[in-house]
Amino acid sequence: MYRYILRRLWQMLFLLIGISIISFSIMHLAPGDPVDMLVERNAPQAVKERIREVYGLDQPIYVQYGRWVSKAVQGDFGKSFVSGEPVMKMILDRLPNTLYLNLVVMVLIYAIALPVGIISALRQYSKLDHAVTFMAFMGQSMPPFWLAMLLIYFIAVPVDFIKTSGMASYGINIRESPFLIVLLDRLRYLILPAFVMVFGSLAGLARYMRASMLEVIRQDYVRTARAKGLSERIVNYKHALRNALLPIVTLVGLELPILFSGAFILEVVFSWPGLGLVMMRAIQQRDYPVVMAFNTIGATLMVCGTFLSDMLYLVVDPRIKYE
Amino acid sequence: MSTKLGTNRARVSPAAARPEETYLAMVWRRFKQHKLALISLYVLLVLYAIALFAPMLATHEYTAVAPANRLLEPSAEHWFGTDDIGRDVYSRVIWGARISLSVGIVAAAFSVAIGTIVGAVAGYFGGRVDDILMRITEVFMAFPTFFLLITVAAVLPRSIFNIMVVIGLTSWPGLARMVRAEFLTLRERDFTEAARAVGAGHARIISRHILPNAIAPIIVSTTLRIGGAILAESGLSFLGLGVQEPFPSWGNILNRGRSFYLHAPWMMMMPGLFIFITVLAFNFIGDGLRDALDPRMKQ
Repeated sequence: MYRYILRRLWQMLFLLIGISIISFSIMHLAPGDPVDMLVERNAPQAVKERIREVYGLDQPIYVQYGRWVSKAVQGDFGKSFVSGEPVMKMILDRLPNTLYLNLVVMVLIYAIALPVGIISALRQYSKLDHAVTFMAFMGQSMPPFWLAMLLIYFIAVPVDFIKTSGMASYGINIRESPFLIVLLDRLRYLILPAFVMVFGSLAGLARYMRASMLEVIRQDYVRTARAKGLSERIVNYKHALRNALLPIVTLVGLELPILFSGAFILEVVFSWPGLGLVMMRAIQQRDYPVVMAFNTIGATLMVCGTFLSDMLYLVVDPRIKYE
Repeated sequence: MSTKLGTNRARVSPAAARPEETYLAMVWRRFKQHKLALISLYVLLVLYAIALFAPMLATHEYTAVAPANRLLEPSAEHWFGTDDIGRDVYSRVIWGARISLSVGIVAAAFSVAIGTIVGAVAGYFGGRVDDILMRITEVFMAFPTFFLLITVAAVLPRSIFNIMVVIGLTSWPGLARMVRAEFLTLRERDFTEAARAVGAGHARIISRHILPNAIAPIIVSTTLRIGGAILAESGLSFLGLGVQEPFPSWGNILNRGRSFYLHAPWMMMMPGLFIFITVLAFNFIGDGLRDALDPRMKQ
């Protein structure tokens, strides 16, 4: 088993190098000179040279890459071309808002999807089961930003309580206002983006849970449990469910990158002060250090998440053998 | 191709197949049982007809600007209303069908071509080749899809062709892994061995012997990918990185409607509805094909 873990770590290292190369080449893939992003196109040549030197753009490309990587592994992604702010600071400033939205959504999705998936497996082909399937297709096919705009138009405009932009009212915070007021205020802003995100992936996860449950229910040990005369409840929830939850547990690892990048486009629609807006602005302004940082961090989290997920499998399911 | 599959299939389950029924006939018979998929197929035929006959169906010039008619509600003259510079939204949506559906198909074709080739080569040759190709695939898979998509789209010049390429380039890894898995098992089968014994070359074995047997999941995946590509284009356009005006795509009509949707909701509702219905139809058809093409894939 330790050999397996070591091999996975070795593969991860390889992946991270690949990720860094691709992230780095983004800037150099772009047509035109990055210096033109930083100064007027017809600035004097001397000024351009100076800028080139300051940003290290005069060095050979492998030197630039080496510098970038050695700083990136220490969490330093350089400075924004546009604002001059350290990229890491820009990200860390907004990260809590994004995490907050994504965590709420994740908890809601799991809290609703798992019971729904279990019930639709136990009552296969029932109305609920069909409804879940249909919902999954809807959630997969609907552009989330379109649903968001429809909800704003049909619900948020007539209903005063629901807010459509930002995440909190000015002046209402936990230090000065009663807890309930703060909670209600946060809810006003959270309800729409959270609803759209939950709608998008709820049924998908429910279907996953359903498939896992169906697979387990057909196993011999479940039939044995039933043959022993155990009650349906104990067979389903004790023998079957525990095993059906194994694949779900490992999904937790894969949620890691989603916490970072999952709400991106909806953050833009709802002017949520999170990472989505930062990334969007960086894309539009061709602020490459920021874009590179986002891609690198997103991909790194994905690699770590996959690793975590594999390790969780190792822990929860002793049946798995590794060569 | 179909005859080869037919004989193969018949050998697997001689009792299940009706006498004289070709593989395609069986697929169609099974596909028809999936009502939503069948309806979706008809819906798509209508949509493609709309795209094909756009010049005849459009009531106005899709680029005709008429400031006097800006933000008009839907009416007998302008079925879907007008946009903020007085263009007829109905005509733009009709022409947009052409662009959006083409983007969907071409982007999916890129994605499937890359995914299939990478997966086939990796799975067929195995060993070192497989190792290298799969590590590259994993690197691409690691990037959050939408990040990579908008990043590359922002970097490249924004032509319609580039949009297709970008969507194709960022969506192949999943398919490559699937095709590789198919090839890994199929290359060990007897018919591959037989082909090798009679002296067929690698290219011939891959394309004529193994690929036809792995085609079912590739077709399903292609169907889903067309829908996915249309959704991706709409997402890109929504952020202003997709198809650029004056060409209409459902995504960029919707994006334009974004600034006016409280006063002129028709600008965003209609193109969004077309995207939704199209993607939904592709997803249902993919589901129907999954059941129809290969009974083993059904859960």
